[in-house]
Amino acid sequence: MLKKISKIPFKGTPEQEAQLKAVIEECKDDKSLLMHVMQQAQAIYGYLPIEVQKMIADGMDIPLEKVYGVSTFYAQFALSPKGEYNISVCLGTACYVKGAQSLIDKVTEILGIESGECTEDGKFSLEACRCIGACGLAPVLSINDEVYGKLTADQISGVLAKYQA
Amino acid sequence: MEMVNIKINGMPFSVPNGLSILEAARYAGITIPTLCYMKEMNEIGACRMCMVEVKGARSLVAACVFPVNEGMEIQTNSERVRKARKTTLELILSTHNRKCLSCVRSTNCELQALCLEYGVDKPDRFDGATPDYAYDDSMIHMVRDNSKCVLCRRCVAACNNQSVSVIGANARGFDTHISSAFELNIDNFSCVGCGQCIVNCPTGALYEKDDTQKVLDAINDPEKFVVVQTAPAVRAALGEEFGYEIGTDVEGKMVASLRRLGFDKVFDTNFSADLTIMEESHELIERVKNGGTLPMITSCSPGWIKYCEHYYPDQLDHLSTCKSPQQMFGATVKTWYAKKMGIDPAKIVSVSVMPCTAKKFEIGRDDQNASGYADVDISITTRELARMIKGAGINFKLLPDEQFDNPLGEGTGAAVIFGATGGVMEAALRTAVKALTGEDPGDPNFTDVRGMDGVKEATYNVGGLEIKVCVASGTKNAKIVMDKVKSGECDYTFIEIMCCPGGCINGGGQPVVPASIKNFVDVKSLRAGALYRNDEARENRFSHDNSAVKRVYDEFFGEPGSHVAHEVLHTSYVKRGLYKD
Repeated sequence: MLKKISKIPFKGTPEQEAQLKAVIEECKDDKSLLMHVMQQAQAIYGYLPIEVQKMIADGMDIPLEKVYGVSTFYAQFALSPKGEYNISVCLGTACYVKGAQSLIDKVTEILGIESGECTEDGKFSLEACRCIGACGLAPVLSINDEVYGKLTADQISGVLAKYQA
Repeated sequence: MEMVNIKINGMPFSVPNGLSILEAARYAGITIPTLCYMKEMNEIGACRMCMVEVKGARSLVAACVFPVNEGMEIQTNSERVRKARKTTLELILSTHNRKCLSCVRSTNCELQALCLEYGVDKPDRFDGATPDYAYDDSMIHMVRDNSKCVLCRRCVAACNNQSVSVIGANARGFDTHISSAFELNIDNFSCVGCGQCIVNCPTGALYEKDDTQKVLDAINDPEKFVVVQTAPAVRAALGEEFGYEIGTDVEGKMVASLRRLGFDKVFDTNFSADLTIMEESHELIERVKNGGTLPMITSCSPGWIKYCEHYYPDQLDHLSTCKSPQQMFGATVKTWYAKKMGIDPAKIVSVSVMPCTAKKFEIGRDDQNASGYADVDISITTRELARMIKGAGINFKLLPDEQFDNPLGEGTGAAVIFGATGGVMEAALRTAVKALTGEDPGDPNFTDVRGMDGVKEATYNVGGLEIKVCVASGTKNAKIVMDKVKSGECDYTFIEIMCCPGGCINGGGQPVVPASIKNFVDVKSLRAGALYRNDEARENRFSHDNSAVKRVYDEFFGEPGSHVAHEVLHTSYVKRGLYKD
């Protein structure tokens, strides 16, 4: 699936930048370390927006398009930040046949974000994930470390309300 | 050379070890179809068109990347192979915008040709989901239309080969597509406009913005005086569009066709190439004498200029301030010529035919309007001219050879070789010898700077002055030279840089040669050969002997480097970053 590119303004701090620059400084003479640098950058910022990818491209002397190409090829890289609360809806087989798509659609309806996106206030992000091994509770979603099972679309607003305060 | 014995379609051949099956098949007189393969540039085995059967192999193999070995038995045309290739074509077509009738590449499309060859009669066989295609016309010179893209990545390889890399393959699987970073339009980045992506595209996914209607409108406007100039390299390639062999010089027929299209005057950029030599050699000698910035670097190639502005913004002082020949020509037409003929420059439409897509960008640059009006109004490519000729029903092959109009149609042999890498340098050397010794060089051929090597060096002793020169073509090679200039580890006096590999004869505006030919024929050398023969055949081979140029200096500019010459013939550059803010 095409990755969603965040429109949320970049809020990087000077500390984060210093951390990334240090990583780049260590790796800049070996272009094969690009993925390593990108992983570190994602650990620092939580995702890889254009501002961060430009720092990597310029620092490693690798064209920005190539950095972007790597970031869109591998599932591990995110182009949108994770929210304070990350809603992860399981789309494994059991959850899917039990109607998990309707859970995603409901979250989208309530929060106005699609899978792979984050709300503008940075509070919620939504993603679809593979089987989390709770098939007996299908369909399930998790919000950070909290798992909610046997859900119906009607219950979504109640679940979200706990975090919206 | 170590040879290996192989069998192709049952027949024995002895071929050099290490060749790919694709190359080895050439020995057997067999062409294996390809879409993605570009020799030494894009050898990735991605398109699966070149699949062949190898005895003992579990599945079909990609001939473009599979090396031959002793005893190998290959079937290039079995039923299994043909079926696989046909299926591959049908799968490519399943997401392809099949509006071929109006496609700019119709009849010169590698995909179309293969479909015909393999009898693809059900192009919709696998129709299903189609991706959201991007359409990017943000650059002034070209359009990128992903609905015609077959994901061969030849454009990506061409862009990488220019050390620009502003397009690439992004995402994966069914979503894979060619785009710029973050799906932004390409004009947000450092595209130099060279058009190498266009001439390497097998289909109509990449093409120049067509300006032919603007030209026709100008010609049809009785109020307008429409003059046209043609760059040296156009005559060496235009014939290919009309079935001539690669490397045929069609100068005379080109002139005849332009006249029949209705241009009021048919002039030659060769005139201003000679003018460039006068100005540029004067500038070089001044810099040497007065301790100016050296090495001085040529400024004829707008793609190279834009590359330098993006990638070496701190080195712009090295660039000659001379406008390119295209712009010098336009500037002279709307100043000296307009005055002489009593024509209001506002009524002149100055058209250029160029082997180049970056010229479309150059005409709109700042500081390119000596008369108060744009030096050049419309710049079209060799391909667009061919389209106009065909569209006007002009039978190119039956045309007589005609001469350019005077006075701005006069050019020397030194000018015509501008179209090949090293040509500007050679022309400059011919005139530098005269300027520094008072005499023409005994042999006008400076062969050290000829040829298709990416970087060439030579040292000449001219009248006691040691001149160390360097010639680079392709911005990948420009980068090698510029890194040395930047670090100060070279002591060149004068450098010629052309944006496109091989120079303008291989420009992004030239006729598209299919990969099946380009992979095995040295197109660049053949086209360059046409220019060198044109040079040899001319009586006058020195820019300083161009009588029209002398006259313009006598009547208008005074002498090279004069105040008027600076006003009209020189320009300025801007610093650009890699990203548009």
